[in-house]
Parts: sequence; C-alpha cells; structure tokens
Amino acid sequence: MSGGPRIVSARWEIDDAWKLSRYLETGGYAGLRSALDMTPHEVHEEVRSATLLGRGGAGFPAGVKWGFCPPDVWPRYLVVNGDESEPGTYKDRILMERDPHQLIEGALICAYATGIAQVFLYVRGEMALAQERVASALNEAYEAGYIGRRILGTDFSVDVVMHWGAGAYIVGEETALIESLEGDRGMPRLKPPFFPAAKGLYMKPTIVNNVETLSNLPWILEHGSEAYTTIGSESSPGTRLFAISGHVERPGVHEVPQGVTTFRDLIYGDEYCGGIRKGHELKMFIPGGGSAPWFFPEHLDLPLEGKVVGGAGSMLGSGAIVVMDETTDAVSACWRLMRFFSRESCGECTPCREGTNWLETILRRILDGQGRPDDIDLLLDIGDNISPGPYPGPGWGAENPEPVPFPPQQTTICPLGPSAVAPLTSAIRRFRDEFEAKIAQGAAVSV
Amino acid sequence: MSEAPADIEITDPVTITLDGRQVVVQRGALLIDACERNGVYIPRFCYHPRMRPVGMCRMCLVEVDTGRGASLQPSCMLQCSSDMVVDTQSDKTRKAQEGVLEFLLLNHPLDCPVCDRGGECPLQDQTVGYGPGETRFVDEKRHYEKPIAISRTVLLDRERCILCDRCTRFAKEVAGDPLIDFQDRGSRTQVNTFPNQPFASYFSGNTVQICPVGALTAEPYRFKARPWDLEIVESSCTTCSVGCRVTIQSSRNQVLRCLGVDSDPVNWGWLCDKGRYGVEALNAEGRLGVPLGRGRSVKTDDETALEEVSWAGALRTAADAITSALDRRGPEGVAVIGGARLTNEAQYAWVKLLKGVIGTDNLDAQLGDGIPAEIVLGLPLATIDDACRPGSTTVVVSGDPKEELPILYLRLRHAAVQDGVNLIEIGPKAGGLTPYATVAMHPLPGELADLVRAVVGGGAGGAVAGVDPASIERARSLLADTDGEMTLVVGRRSLSEDTGFTADAVSVLVSAYDKVRILPALRRANVLGALTMGMAPGVLPGRVALAAAPDAYSTRWPALPAGRGLDTTGILTAAAEGRIDTLILLGADPLTDFPDRDLAERALAGARNVIAVDQFVNDSVRLAEVVLPAAGFAECAGTTTNIEGRILKLEQSTTPPGTARPDWMIAAELAAELGSDLGLDSVEQIWKEIAELSPSHVDLTWEMLSDPQNRDGLVARGDPLPGSVRFEAPEPTAHRALDSYSLRLVATRKLYDEGTMVGRCRSCAGLAEETALAMNPHDFERLGVEDGGRVTVSSKRGSTVIEARGEAGVPRNSVALVVNAPNFDVGTLIDANDAVNEVRVEALQSVAGETGSEGGS
Ligand SMILES: Cc1cc2nc3c(=O)[nH]c(=O)nc-3n(C[C@H](O)[C@H](O)[C@H](O)COP(=O)(O)O)c2cc1C
Ligand code: SF4
Ligand code: SF4
Ligand code: SF4
Ligand code: FES
Repeated sequence: MSGGPRIVSARWEIDDAWKLSRYLETGGYAGLRSALDMTPHEVHEEVRSATLLGRGGAGFPAGVKWGFCPPDVWPRYLVVNGDESEPGTYKDRILMERDPHQLIEGALICAYATGIAQVFLYVRGEMALAQERVASALNEAYEAGYIGRRILGTDFSVDVVMHWGAGAYIVGEETALIESLEGDRGMPRLKPPFFPAAKGLYMKPTIVNNVETLSNLPWILEHGSEAYTTIGSESSPGTRLFAISGHVERPGVHEVPQGVTTFRDLIYGDEYCGGIRKGHELKMFIPGGGSAPWFFPEHLDLPLEGKVVGGAGSMLGSGAIVVMDETTDAVSACWRLMRFFSRESCGECTPCREGTNWLETILRRILDGQGRPDDIDLLLDIGDNISPGPYPGPGWGAENPEPVPFPPQQTTICPLGPSAVAPLTSAIRRFRDEFEAKIAQGAAVSV
Repeated sequence: MSEAPADIEITDPVTITLDGRQVVVQRGALLIDACERNGVYIPRFCYHPRMRPVGMCRMCLVEVDTGRGASLQPSCMLQCSSDMVVDTQSDKTRKAQEGVLEFLLLNHPLDCPVCDRGGECPLQDQTVGYGPGETRFVDEKRHYEKPIAISRTVLLDRERCILCDRCTRFAKEVAGDPLIDFQDRGSRTQVNTFPNQPFASYFSGNTVQICPVGALTAEPYRFKARPWDLEIVESSCTTCSVGCRVTIQSSRNQVLRCLGVDSDPVNWGWLCDKGRYGVEALNAEGRLGVPLGRGRSVKTDDETALEEVSWAGALRTAADAITSALDRRGPEGVAVIGGARLTNEAQYAWVKLLKGVIGTDNLDAQLGDGIPAEIVLGLPLATIDDACRPGSTTVVVSGDPKEELPILYLRLRHAAVQDGVNLIEIGPKAGGLTPYATVAMHPLPGELADLVRAVVGGGAGGAVAGVDPASIERARSLLADTDGEMTLVVGRRSLSEDTGFTADAVSVLVSAYDKVRILPALRRANVLGALTMGMAPGVLPGRVALAAAPDAYSTRWPALPAGRGLDTTGILTAAAEGRIDTLILLGADPLTDFPDRDLAERALAGARNVIAVDQFVNDSVRLAEVVLPAAGFAECAGTTTNIEGRILKLEQSTTPPGTARPDWMIAAELAAELGSDLGLDSVEQIWKEIAELSPSHVDLTWEMLSDPQNRDGLVARGDPLPGSVRFEAPEPTAHRALDSYSLRLVATRKLYDEGTMVGRCRSCAGLAEETALAMNPHDFERLGVEDGGRVTVSSKRGSTVIEARGEAGVPRNSVALVVNAPNFDVGTLIDANDAVNEVRVEALQSVAGETGSEGGS
C-alpha cells in the first residue's frame, strides 16, 4: 500500500477490523452519527457536492442518482451491489471481508438521506468469507442498535438483509440483480422503462450502489465533502481502488487518488506493483475490467481518471487492471475473454447469446489450427452485428490506429453483449498480424 | 394464423415519419403495432400482441430518431411519440435484421422437410424476407435430445427453439401455470419443465400455436399434414359455451386440428386444450353413422339388441312412440331433455316440433345441473368484456370457471391481474380464481343466500355461513363503491345443492343494486341458445314467456302447449312414476350428467319409450329403443350462442359419418313422419324465421351474421322485453340447521371427467383424475380422520369407501367430491330433492393383524 490518502482501505491492515469493537475503536460509525445530526436533505446535499462517482463501472454520481427517485412513491429500497464478478476485479470482496461495518455504515447513511427503511445487501455467491463477515457484522450492528428500530435513539429505523447470488456474472448488472433478488432468473430488464430509481425492486423506486461507492460515505460524512474534493481531480474527486493482476511483480489492490496517479505509477511504482515480472516486458493491459478495450505501452502515462481514459477509447470501469507481458498470445487472451462472456451471457437477447458463442467458437477454432482467412473479418462483422458501429467503418484498416469507438453501441438489452465486442475489436486492430499468423500456421500444420 | 394487433381508435394522435411518410398514430402505442396498422410489417419473433413485450429476439430493430440522432431500437418496446422518424428500410436496419436472422439460424437444425411448422413457419418466412443469403457458420451446431415430451400432448425440440420466451411467457403470464421456464444460460439456455412436473396446463396447446418455429409440436397433429394441403374454415368451438373462435383445419374430409383465432371480445386467440383437441372425438371409434333400433317395440336394456336400421324405419319407430304417447296421455306424455349441444337453428326446429306441433312443454336443455332459466332469461345479460372492464367489480357465484369455462377463466384472471378488476368470488370451495380474487368466500352449502344477505345488508359483523367477518366487510365495501353497477357471473356452484339458494342470492343482489347484469356461467356449448330458443319449460323462442305468447306464435305455429311443463328433475320424476310415455334424449346422458343417479335410473326404467338423438351410444342411449345419428361439430353449418348471448357462425368443414345428419333435419323429418310440415328446409331459412319471430334476434339478419366484418359474432338483445320471461324473487329455500354429526356435501366439476366427449378424445382421455374426499384439515381431528386415510362416506342414498384428503379451501363442516370422476360417481350419494345433501364420514378401522404380520424369520 502506498502512503497516499486512505479513505476506504484505512483498516485493511488491522486483522480484526471486521469486528464491531475494533471498528468502533478506529472511529467507526462516526460518519453515521454526524449524518444523524443533519437532516436527510443536508446529508444528500453533502454527498451531491462530494461528486461521489459510482465505482461499479458506469461512474455515475451517487448524489445525482439518489435524486432520481420520484418524490412521492414509497417504499423505496437500497440495494447494495456486492456481486463483483467483472474479470480481474476483486476490490469489493476485500472491502466486505476486511471492513464490513464500513459498508453497512455507508448503506445506513444512504438510507437516511433518501428515506429508505429497507436495505438489501447482495453478495456474490462464491464469496463465502465475505458473506460470513457481512453476516456477522450485521448481527453485531443489530445487537448494538446501529441497525433496526430507532437507530442510536433517533427516529431513524432501517432493516438490512443479506442475500447471496447463485454464481452468475450477469447478476452484477443492476436490473438482473433486482430480478434475482425477487427470486427470478437473473436476466436484465429493459431500460426504459425499468430504470431502478423509478421502477426497481418490486416495481418500487430503488437505489443500486456498488460496495465501494457506499464505503466512501462514512468518511465523507465525517470529514465533509470539502475535504473529499481536495483529494483526487476536479471531475473525479476522492480515491479509487484498483485491483491489479497479471504479469506484475506484486499483484494487489491499491487505493490511489483519482486523476493523479498514472498507469505507469501503479504498474511500475515500487510502492504499488513493482513492475512487470522479471525479464519480461509489457505487451498490453486491460485498464478497467474484462469489458474494457485494451491499452498498450503508449497509454501508460495516462492518469487514472475516468474522463481521460474514456477519451483515449477505454474505461476505468470496475477498477480492474490486468497486465499482460510479451508471452501472452493475443488470440488466446481474446478467446479466454470471449469464453467468459459467452458463458455468462444470460441468454436473453439473440445477438449476445448467439454472437458471443460464435466468437468464442471461431477463436477456439483458430487456436486449434483450423482458422480460415476470412475468420478475422468474420469476427469483426459478428461484433458489428452484436454492437453495430465499428465495422467496417469508413477509413478503418489495420494501419489505422484510431481507437475503437467507445462506449460501444448498445442494441441489446444490457451492455454485456457489446462489452464482449469492444476488447476483441481493440485486440484485432492492434494484433491483426498475430491473428493472421495463427491462421496461416494452422493452415500449414493441417495441410 | 394472424397475430395482427387489434384495431384501436386514435384518441391521442401524434404524427410520426414512417419510411418518409407522415402518419398519424396513437401516442404511446407500440411502434411495431403502429407500423403494422399503417401497412408496414416489421419482422418479429418474441413480440405477441396479447403478451407483455420483452424485447428479447431483437428481430424488430429499426432505425429510429427521437431527436437525438438515429439509432437502432426495438420497435416492440418503443412507444410512439411525436416527431419520431422511423426508417424500417435503412441499411442499418437491414443489416441488423440480417444479423439477427443469421444468429438465429446458427444453431437451428435444417429440419424443415420433417418439421410440422414447415410451410407456416415465421422463421422460414422471415429468413426468406429479411435474412442473409447464406450462412457463414462452419462450426458444429448445438445438440439436444430430439424431441422431449413436456406433457401428454406437447413435444419440445430444443434444437429448433429460438428462445423467444413466447411459450414461457404464456405459461406464466396468461395461463398462470408457470410450469415451463428457461434453464441454464448463454447459448445453452433452454426451455424445460421442472423435475418431475410435466407441463400439465389446461392451456398448453396455445404454446404450440404461438411458437414461431417447430420447437413445440402437438402430439395429436404431428406429421399429420402439410399446411398447404389443409382446408381451413373459421368457426367457433362448441366444447363449452365461451364460444372461442377457431379455424378448423381438415384434409381429406378429416378434421386434423383447431387453432385459436384472436377474437377481441371473446378468446383473444387462446383455446383450452379440451376445446382444441376435442375435435378428435369426431373420428373416434363408436361414432354413430347409422340409425340403431331394436326391431321390436319392447324396451330392453340388452345392449346387443341395438342394431342397424334404416332411417325410414327409425323415424317410423320414433313417430309411432310419440303418437302412442299422445294417444295415451296427450302432449304431456312426451318429454325431452337435452338440446344444448345443438345449433341455434336445430334448437329452433326442435322447439317448433315439440312445442308448436306436438304441443308439449316438458322440455329442458339443462340436466338439473344448471341454474333456473329465469335467471338467464329474465335479467339483463352482460358480456365478457363487461365482466372484465378495467377497474370494475365482478361477483362470481358459480362453480370454478377454470374447470368449466376455461377461457372465461383466462379473461377474468387477466382482468384481475392486469386490469385492476376486483373479483368477489363466492364459490363452493377454493378454486382457480381464488388466488386472483380480491375477496374469496366459500359459504357452506345451503348458506349462500345468508352470506349474500350479510354482504348486502351489513349488520352484526360475525361470521356468516362459515365466512369470516373481515371478508364480508371487504366485499361490502367493494360493492358500496360500484354505484350499483355490477356484473354477476352466475352458474351452478355445486351439484349437491339446490339452485334455489342461487336464485335467492341473485334476487338479493338484484334488489340491492340497480344495475346488475348477468353473465351466465353455464358450461354446455349452446345452452344459452337453447334457453333463448325455448328449450325450458314455460319459454318460447326469444325469451318469450309461454304465458304471454304473442300472436305471431299462435298464427305461425300449428299448436302451443297448454301450460307450463316440467323441467328435467320434474320430467325424470314423472318418468320414474310412469307418467311419461316417450322420453326423447336430445344429445343427453342423464345417467352421467343428472346429479341424482338413482332418480335418473328409475326414470329411464319408467319411461315406456326412450328415443335418442346422439353421436355416440352412451350409458343412457344404450337404453333407447331407437337412436338417430346426428352430425357433429364441424359437420354442419349454423350458429351458436355463447354465454354472452353472442351469435357466432359455425361453418361446415367435413361431412358427417355415414348417414348421420344435422339435428334440425332430423326434427323436420320426424315432423313429416308425424304428418306435419315444419316448413324448415335450410339453416339460412330457419334463421330467417327465428329473426322474424324472436324478439331477441329481431334485427340480426343472416347477411349480417355472414359478413366477415362480424366474424366476432353479434350479441343478441340481452335486456328483457315486455313479454319476456321474468325473474322473480323465489320463496327462500329452506335448509336444516347443521347437526354435529353430518357434513354437507359439495360436488363440483373438473375440466377432464368421464363424460362422453372427454372419453372419446384421445388427447384428453385418461386425464380425468380420481376424486378423493376433500375436507378441511380442521375437521380431521373432530372426525378422527387422517390426511390420506381411508374413510366411509355415506348418505341416505348410498355409501362408498374413499381416501380423505385435506384441502384448506373446502369450507369447514363440508366435504367435497368431484363429479364424474373415474373412481366414483358422486351421483350415487345425491338426492336431487334435498336442498342440501348431508353425508357422514367415518374413518375405516385399520384391519386387525395387518401390522406385525411380516415378522422376520
Ligand atoms: C454486465 C454487467 C455487470 C456488472 N457487474 C457489476 C458488479 O459486479 N458490481 C457492481 O457494482 N456493478 C456492476 N455493474 C454495474 C451495475 O449495473 C450498476 O451500474 C452499479 O451497481 C451501480 O452502482 P454505482 O453507481 O455505485 O457504481 C455491472 C453492469 C453490467 C452491465
Ligand atoms: S446483452 Fe447478453 S447478458 Fe445482456 S440481456 Fe442480452 S443476452 Fe443477457
Ligand atoms: S419453444 Fe418456441 S415458443 Fe418456446 S421459446 Fe422456444 S421458440 Fe419460443
Ligand atoms: S373455453 Fe370453451 S369454447 Fe373456448 S376452447 Fe375451451 S372448450 Fe372451447
Ligand atoms: S420482436 Fe422486438 S425484440 Fe423480439
């Protein structure tokens, strides 16, 4: 860990911070107490002025989102999205395992600000330890009067229940998560009309926030939005967690101020990942989870800031950086990703269900030495049929390094389908020669 | 099979640009419908105008600009708003459509030559219209076991499935039987049933009809025909009296299948399986194609004595029997039960013969299992749409519509679930509608009117008829909000309870609320037509009271009955006492259908002569002296009347077997044999006479009924006119107070029973379930009975040993049995003259020595 400001990871080195006693000793529930001294409206305004951007992938300001709930429709619900399954992402898990009270406190602050009396905490199915820790924290908090009726002697009452998933990536998508919570198959709903803030859980206004997003709230309420906005950049205040994996010396999760640190700092800095593993060099990296178009060495000096990265044709997404060195075969890496998306497609819309599977099948065939010269264009055109736009595109060619149009066009129900296309297109643009070589090599072998 | 959206009236117009044209559409309408109404068909798979759009297949993507630049949007999800610019032909739209079709075909087997859907397959058709010329897929297709049976009649081939969610959505949303769902995910997503739970839905056949590929096929139709070889006519189902519109599809003079037609006021395209597969009975073994007789005019119940005779001989025998009855006893010596199966025209012909020529009024189309004709004829009628009007309150005092009138159940269910209709269900026990009813009340047999009085009158606030005060209060406040406007769905609640209670209840409601309309929940196909045509004592065609017969009848008919005759119970009682010489069974099987088995047996034994007109030899027909074979559904033209009084055309599709002929013709020939001319020689001409004579049908010409514009039928006048039969408050029916030893018997119907029709229909036969003695678990202890234990149930008429089963929806202090079940005939317990039938239930002692006899050695 670096020496920078620690907002959400402050207690990570404390072994038993997940216990209420330790949490209280280290300043826990102070944010909730100061919130309860304010009116709900004031708390909401505080969060709005902090410009707390959502950390689940889309980066939408939390304060603004809360304001979308129609004023007179009750009850409202808060759903905490702890389904973290984007390839390479493992920050929320650590937040839930090491500091579950911080998340609960954040959820309570949100509930207070928005008049919510029922919170659902949805934890990914495979995260056994996180489930255990959250459950025990909930029990302790109930017992100590932080959750339940008349919290800390005020009029504020909230119930929080935990629910766990059954192991599907798509359930991280907020409307699929809501379906799953209702006991149905996790399949995304159409937006419009089913924007959660208007018609969410049980068709009631529902706020869905990511674990990390909410974990920022205790700090913001304790120290104020002004203090928060002095950290990070103007358009992206505060810090962010980045989960780095792949071919670096020391993979791990790091909290860094937004817009200041660069990819190079994070990957090569001694206080962070300590560089590419010995004797190897960077070939490419995924800057923001499996759905993000790839970046290459020339992008290393970009600051870790949503806007900038978006302008360069990718995204910070879920804060997962996957580093790949020169030993990584671009075709294999693409196949791996496509296999993921194909398996995780919910199967609802035709282009995603059939298209991602077809992409995977073709890539597998190329890897098996059965590639055909037309396959590369076919991959790109299938991509275009899943997410129309990039292909064939005017003036586009192998020699043209223009970035993939991003975010991709979405004509499917949710962004999963298009998400599969973007990284693949970016890889083919960069490494078309590798794809061609694989196909040629296969042809030579099989003759 | 058309799935076009219903026409709508534009009340909130907006102008959109559709392929360069300005068109005016309804604001908020779905774009896909608005385009179709304006002549532009957008290809689609998942969208179905009768179900919630889900936007899954993505076939309907079109380029739309709503002011933020053109983009591809699913037209089945997009609502029309002003100044939308829609391009259904742009390069982008075309490429998206080709792309989706290519995706759908990737894993689709090239089964077309052996697929039932081939030739009428939306996937085939749209591939030709919008698809890519060839596929670029060179890899292995997905494989599944072909086909798997998901129910007795539905087969699923998952390789052909394009996962459009139509079948699954139908099951969940429309039928309320969520027995099929998606399983697995991604490209392994498949439709399937849950383990050990077949897709046993009364409505399963609809999924086959709406599947846009050949993934779902109906076992009865598999490999039977190619669509281009089928002859198709549009008609109405006559399995029950909802009157669902259908197409009858035949080849080589054989009806091969029925498909639902979307009739907005009636069935919305849906059919129940009993109606859909009922046509199988037409070709069933035992179908009568020749008259049967006994050669000598002595009654015998020796079945083998029935043998083929000529029409001339059969008619002669029948006429002789009638003449001798007239000679011996006058018109009262002749009685007729049945006739609800007939067309309106045949009913008129028979009524003219019986009342107008023979002069008897002993005629009843209901078999003691209906409700008093005066309720149906003497009160204003409602339509199905009235009962389902969004936001309204509908009271249901009948048996279970799901079991008796399945598509009425679907409409009521939809009304309650989607359109905010408050259903107040007052059934004999919990049934299909109970989960959707705002208030469900199940009064004890005999106490229906007490309950209704409590609802209407208010008062003490205690439990009444075993119904808790909260429900009564809730019903009262719902009714208080209706301004007196109410649709009352009324039918026979239980066959072991006198209909006097129902009449009492109706009279309480019509005097408390001034705008009550009746939707009769009577199940026999054309029972409304029969009653309207005069097939009940005291009635002439057009709801006319015999006592007030206008001159038209006396001038145009040779005779008129002298006075009011007997209903079925009266006829059977008279026959049992030897007062009926000739009993005519007009498509009736009283031994099976009359609630009181003992009385029915004595009546058939007591009548001197029994004449039957039928399609099969059933238990009662077996005892007839002469049997005249009648044409069946799809074998003759005419009209039928549904529960709303809607006159619907029936078309002929095939010819009847042998020399079987339409019922109206049999009436005319019998009249001729009796030396009288009915003056009826074609269906059209009969209708003309009906429209001239009957005040209910006065403005309905044959031309209007035949106009394709009126394919949904035309509703006959549903309000009583001067001279109509009147409904008058009956003397309250009395019942004894509950004694602590007896339980009150409830006898209700299931859709599949041991009736003639079900038994003859291959797909439905065997679906009838055995009945157990259902009782409220609260009564177990008091009676020393265990759930699943065997008990003796006995009435003064008979007794049987049967399994007891706990069912929380059965009122306490009563027990329920199913009518016409394969294992037991509840009619053997019922006395039709008792207002409430009481039974005793005793647990069987376990046989001594039964346990321990298997000691190891
Ligand atoms: C395919 C897909 C997967 C997603 N997975 C997650 C996830 O695992 N965790 C998460 O917080 N958000 C995920 N999201 C984003 C959520 O839909 C939603 O935007 C987010 O939870 C909102 O919280 P935030 O505003 O606090 O970021 C996913 C979105 C998509 C389209
Ligand atoms: S894009 Fe894929 S994951 Fe998203 S709804 Fe469609 S099929 Fe499901
Ligand atoms: S079986 Fe037919 S109706 Fe059902 S999802 Fe598949 S294609 Fe659609
Ligand atoms: S509900 Fe009645 S009319 Fe409709 S299909 Fe079923 S049996 Fe036929
Ligand atoms: S018809 Fe619109 S998505 Fe299927």
